[in-house]
Order: sequence, then structure tokens, then C-alpha cells
Amino acid sequence: MAERYIVVGGGLAGLMTVIKLAEAGKQVDVFSIVPVKRSHSVCAQGGINGAVNTKGEGDHPDIHLYDTIRGADFLVEQPPVKGMCYTAPAIIYLFDRMGVPFNRTSEGLLDFRRFGGTLHHRTAFSGASTGQQLLYALDEQVRRFETEGLVRKFEYWEYLSFVKDEQGACRGIVAVDLRNMEIQAFPADAVCLATGGPGIVYGRSTNSTINTGSANGRTYMDGAVYANAEFIQVHPTAIPGQDKHRLMSESARGEGGRIWVPRKKGDTRDPRSIPEPERWYFLEEKYPKYKNLVPRDVASREIVHVVRDLGMGVTGEEAVYLDVSHIPADVLDRKLGGIMEIYEKFVGVDPRHMPMKIFPAVHYSMGGLWVDYEADANNDMVKDSPRQQATNVPGLYAAGECDYAYHGANRLGANSLLSCIYAGMIAGPAMISHAKNAAPKKGEVPQGLLQGAQKQWVERFESIYKMAGNENPYVIGRDMGELMQRVSTVVKHNRELDEGIQAIRGMKERWKNANVLDTGRTLNQSAAYVNQLGNMLEIAELILVGGRRRDECRGSHYKSEFDLPQPKTRDPRQDPEWMEAWRKRNEKWLKFTVARWSPEGPQVTFEPIKSLSSPILKPEPRWYA
Amino acid sequence: MPPPILVRIERRDGPDAPKHWDEFVVPYTKNANVISVLMEVQRNPVTTAGKRVPPPAWDQACLEEVCGSCTMNVNGKVRQACSALIDRLEQPVTLQPMKKFPLVRDLSVDRQKMFDALKRVRAWIPIDGTYDLGPGPRVAPEDQEINYVLSTCMTCGCCLEVCPQVSETTGFIGAAAISQARLYNNHPTGKMNAGERLHALMLPGGVNDCGKAANCVKACPKGIPLTSSIAEMARETTLQALRDFLYRDERKAGSGPG
Repeated sequence: MAERYIVVGGGLAGLMTVIKLAEAGKQVDVFSIVPVKRSHSVCAQGGINGAVNTKGEGDHPDIHLYDTIRGADFLVEQPPVKGMCYTAPAIIYLFDRMGVPFNRTSEGLLDFRRFGGTLHHRTAFSGASTGQQLLYALDEQVRRFETEGLVRKFEYWEYLSFVKDEQGACRGIVAVDLRNMEIQAFPADAVCLATGGPGIVYGRSTNSTINTGSANGRTYMDGAVYANAEFIQVHPTAIPGQDKHRLMSESARGEGGRIWVPRKKGDTRDPRSIPEPERWYFLEEKYPKYKNLVPRDVASREIVHVVRDLGMGVTGEEAVYLDVSHIPADVLDRKLGGIMEIYEKFVGVDPRHMPMKIFPAVHYSMGGLWVDYEADANNDMVKDSPRQQATNVPGLYAAGECDYAYHGANRLGANSLLSCIYAGMIAGPAMISHAKNAAPKKGEVPQGLLQGAQKQWVERFESIYKMAGNENPYVIGRDMGELMQRVSTVVKHNRELDEGIQAIRGMKERWKNANVLDTGRTLNQSAAYVNQLGNMLEIAELILVGGRRRDECRGSHYKSEFDLPQPKTRDPRQDPEWMEAWRKRNEKWLKFTVARWSPEGPQVTFEPIKSLSSPILKPEPRWYA
Repeated sequence: MPPPILVRIERRDGPDAPKHWDEFVVPYTKNANVISVLMEVQRNPVTTAGKRVPPPAWDQACLEEVCGSCTMNVNGKVRQACSALIDRLEQPVTLQPMKKFPLVRDLSVDRQKMFDALKRVRAWIPIDGTYDLGPGPRVAPEDQEINYVLSTCMTCGCCLEVCPQVSETTGFIGAAAISQARLYNNHPTGKMNAGERLHALMLPGGVNDCGKAANCVKACPKGIPLTSSIAEMARETTLQALRDFLYRDERKAGSGPG
């Protein structure tokens, strides 16, 4: 058998990995539960960051790096972030060459806009559907490799597990064809998981319904290490919905959108008739430098504070205004058309003339599968090193939202498309290097190993088809989502987390009593869901246990009882007492939450960030006021 | 409180299975859409006749009309189920799969032929490689605006579903792929291979099979000017045929020995 590679997931990270492998002349099988063109990357709206510096602001990859690490509150290995920020301009140019219709300046150059957590115009964008446009570009390139015979697509196939040999290495995957429920094992010299985030663990989020995190959950149960699970980003601006919460891109604020509530509590006037002095632009007031473009964790906390603690939600609802109605309609159509349409279609109100009602919603997982990296003495990433994006399982790689590597405690807007692409770019060559160095001969996976793995999953599904208990799995899933929303979003409390962990364990018991609802063998979505749900409950538990164990506030993880006091000076570095408290906190908690699966629950340890021994950037207080 | 929501679903267990209808009632909720109703049915898959049935199967992903997954016929009109708000629909809400594609099960169909069509028209920019070759060509903002709209096509299938020239068996490539050929031919680099895409559109089932019913442009949820794309590609293929004739000697000479 010839040398082969497998990529699981057809979003930006997965397809970039595929392209890197195919470009090197390798045979690649890509597995995706939906046609790859429908992957969740399409939902990314605002843009992609890269310090191309076309606005005379003196932007530089070093400043991008600094913003990203500070945005992450230093909970990252720094060399991969450096690699990403330094490659970002070339990545934007690459997609420009692929034909992505990026917005242009009058000179025909790429236009850039502002985003959160930075003071520079660094975000290239294609209307307000940049993720869709970037994904389509890769989809097209992959289709080209498909016609050349290098890529085989397995769409409507779901990953079930990786195939583990006696040495514990990954030698392929087992997957199910969702259309006829047939289960097969596929050999590979290396496998990359690019299966996205676990947003659906929260029930309703900004995520696509396919973002179950199931693949990650199963892989963690099978021995892969998971890191920083508790760091879940809650996006400040989304439209609450019955089936999902729809994102209203940060770019709305990047283009000048403002967040406000009426100064008078319970003001029921039409927002358009409320005069300027009677509006409270609370982010602008509190953060005069970054204004509406503070990082997402900060903005979400402020909005939740204004609505829940102060009771100042607009029209008595859990909502604040996101206002773009002062921006000319033609500018909105050109730069934010996609989200203007979403608001109009789903709310029935034209945001060009009426302030939008928004509220924070679960959006992104900074945590994910732990992956390694290799850097030289200058903190530069070593080209083609087999360690880049490698999980602790030999031969198994991870890239994209499903890895933990680039965003620490909080991701900056427009860095996710970038990290997906960058991770894919280095994962592909790393897999080839792994295959070159690995002990087993390329392309030779024992038939017995594959057959054994396949048999195990056939039996597991047979037992799922026989599940005839009285619990509807979709009801368990809804309960899980509601619980996670309640105890583990913007503000967390240990007591609630403890209750939550018990509740999740209760749901695991309920799962055993689930009913499969459908015993058919054609597109049996219920059986697939029962399997996913089991894996999702593991991720949910992991998120709660990590959150319970981390007694501090960092980025998206906020426990009010462990917050540092307000510094006595505007710049906290001038308050020695505060600095001492901050140093102590970092000494204890500036570490990765590392989890290994066990039947009794996640085994969590806190492990040091190795690049902090000679960092590019020394930790400093994260302060945006 | 408004009355509960009544939904009728056309069902088949597989392409060869007999068709039947199931009717469900779910409690009214504000801002409900067809997807949230289907999700409620999953949580309690019991018909109005009191029969417990397997939950209906359907495709879904983004739920904000950018992935194209959940296209189906809602009250006889093809559209994305996610943006079909219950408050604006007549009840009972009738859900049927698209009819111009092979059925998989219930509301799920196989749209592979649309992706195959993108291969036929070579809908990509043949870049030299993914290494750093600097920026792409400059593009006038006006061209970007045209291309952006064309590039929002999510291969949802609405344009094929309403096209009288398309059936499960006929070979007309459909508006989506023709419009994608226009997109790449309108890009400064893509232009270099314009001829290849035009030749693909000159084959049987290509642009000349369009019957000019213009249903596609009305059905497109993204407002893509599909009839303009078809008209432009029809014009371009005519010019291409002329160029092929005028430059036939050069073509022969350029094709090398044999």
C-alpha cells in the first residue's frame, strides 16, 4: 500500500492541511460530516488579521504578536504565536492570489479594518463573510487536487476514533458513512484532526450544529491530552435565538458601531428618539483608549454586568444596543452587508436605521487538544519539524479550533481564521516528516489492527441500535446545554461548578438509559447523535472540572470571588501592592490546565509554559482601561 | 398565547421506500423557525396521530444562511429552513425535500452533482503554489463588489430546484456553476484560463441549455444576479467559438507534436 494521509474535518484548518500534503505530492483522504464547503468556517464574519501595515500606522508582526499574547493573558506558548503572526501577511497574500474577493481601497489594494484588542487597522476582510470566502478558496484548491487524483473526499462520514497500535501510536481512523451507517477502518501514516470546537456542548451558541466536539471528546477518552478546556470565549454581540444565537460580528464595532443602553433604567422610548446625552456608552466611558474594541472577554463581562447586576437591559430584555445606524447605509452594505442581512432576515428589523438588540453568546473554545511545537533559540518555529501540531499520540496531529495552541485565555477577533490556516500550514509538513522518521514502514498498517478497530465500532453501534431506554437523547443534550450556559459562561462560581459537575455525571447515567429513537440504517442521525452525546458529556465535564480547579480570573475564565482588587493607580504597574498580588497569582496560575481521561473523571494537572523560561514577551498586567 | 405550531413532513426512509406524511404539533415559541420546530420534534417524535416515529432526517449546519445545508421546500417554496420564520408562514407548515436531487432520506438529498459541476467548469484559480509569492493582482473596488456577490454562492441548490431545464436525469449544469465560471473569468488571474471554463460551458448540458425561464434569479437566497451571469457566459461562449475558429492554426501549432 502507498503512503497515505488522513485529515478529519474540512474547515479552514483541515483543508489547508490537505493542500500542504497534496502539494507535496502525497495521497490524502479527507473526512467530513458535511460537504467540506459547508464547514463551520463559513460562519466567521469579520476578517483575518495580518500586520501588512498599509495604513501608515507602523504596524508590525511584533505588535500583532504582542497584542495576541496580551489578549491571551500570556497563557500560550509564544513561539507558535510568533510563527503565526509573522506568517500572517503571507497568508493574506496567498488567499488574495487564490481569488478571495477581499474589500479594496480606491487604489485596488487590500483594505484593512480595526478589530478588538488592537489599536491598528490589521484585519483584511471580504464583506462580513470572510470565513465563507476563505473556506471557498481552499475548497476550490482542494477540488483541483481532487481532479488530479491526489485527494479523496469522504463527505457525510463521521470520525469515530483513531486506530491505535500496540505502541500506542495512531495508524489510521475508524469512521461511519452516515448515509448507510457502514463502518470502516482506514489506514494512514499520519492523521490530523481538524474537527473544530465544542460549541454545541452549550446547546445554543454561535456555532454550527455540527460543532459537537465529539471527535475531540472521543480522542481525549482514547488517550490524547486536552488542555485549557475551561477557556470558552463568550462573544459580546449575538442575536439570541431559539435554535442558535446568531453572531453579530465584532467588525460592526470595528467599522464604528457603538454599544449603549439608555441612562435611565427602564426607559421604554424608541431608541432612535433617545438623545445622545441620555445614552450610556459604557464601554467608551470605561475604556477610553480601546472603547468599543476592548477584547471580547472584557466586553462580554461589561455587558453582562450592565444587564444583570445593574438591571439596565434595554426594553426590559437581556440585551443592549449595538448601534450602526449613524454609519451611511451604502458603507454598511459594502463592508458589513452579510451581517446586516442576517439581522434583517432573522429579527425582521433593518439595523441600518434601528439599533440592534444583542447579548453575549458562547462562541469559541480557546482550549482543545494539547499539541507540541519545536522552536529554535530565537523562538522561531523549526520548519517541517514533526513536532509541530503533534498531539501526545505519535502520528496524531491536531489543527484549528480543536487545538489549544494559539489563543490562551482569550482569543482576539480575526485571529481564528489565521490560526486555523497557520496550524494547517505547519501540520501538513510535520505529518510528512513524522511518516519519514517513524519506525513502521510507510504505508504498512497491519490488516488485523484495522479489522479489530472496525469490529469494535461495529459492535458499539450495534449496542447503540439496541438502546431502548426511556431517555430521549436530544432532551439530555438540551439539559446539558442549559446547564453549561448557567454555570460556565461569563461569570463562574465554585458552588455552581460543583453542582454542574454532579449534574453532568447524572446525565452520563441518563445517557446509559437513552433511547436510540431510530433503528434504521439510512442516515440514522439519532444513532449518530447518541454516540456524539456520550463524547460531548466528557467535554462538558472537562470544561467544568477545569473551571472548578482554576481559582483565579484570566481572560474568559472569570470567578468574581478570586478577582484581584482594583489597583490604586490608573496604571497598575505603579501600584506595588497590586503588582505583588498579580505576581503571586501568576506564580500559581500562569500554567496550562492539562487533562487526561480516566473512568473516574478528568485527571487535571497544572503544567508550566515552557517558553516562559526565555520568553519573547515577559508577562505583564493585562490592562485595557 | 398563539396556538401551537402544526407541521407536516413528507417522509421516505430511503430513495426506494414509499412516501408518507407525518404531522407533528409543537408548542409555540417566539422567533421559532423551521429548524427550531424540527429540533422540538426530535425531542418528542410523536405524530398528531399519537404514533412514535423516528425523528425526521434533515441536513443542517450554520443556521444563518451561509452554509447552504438546510435547503428544502417549505410550503412549496424552496429555501433555507433556518431563515424560514414560523410567524411568517401559513400553517400547517409543509416540509418536503428538494425534488431535483436524489433523495437520501426524509428531507435530506444528495447535491453531489453541484460539486461535480464545479469541477467541470474548473471553478478555481490555478495558483502556482501556496508558498509566499507576494500579493495578488490589484482589483478595482467595483470589480471586487461584483465578484463578492458572485462568490457568496453557497451551492444550496435553490436555482436548480426551480429550473425547468433541470431534472434528476437531465444534464443541464445549472445557474450556480455557470455563475461560478463567470466569477473566475472576471478575476485578473482567473482570466488567463477563461477559455477552459468557456469550453466546458459549450459542451452539452452547458450554458446553451438554459431555457431563460429566469426562475433561478428569483429563488436565489443570496441575491446573486444569476441571469446576468448566464447572459454574460452565453455571450462569452459565442465569442470563444469565434476565437477558436480565428485562431485555429495557432492553436494547432501551440499544441505541439502529434
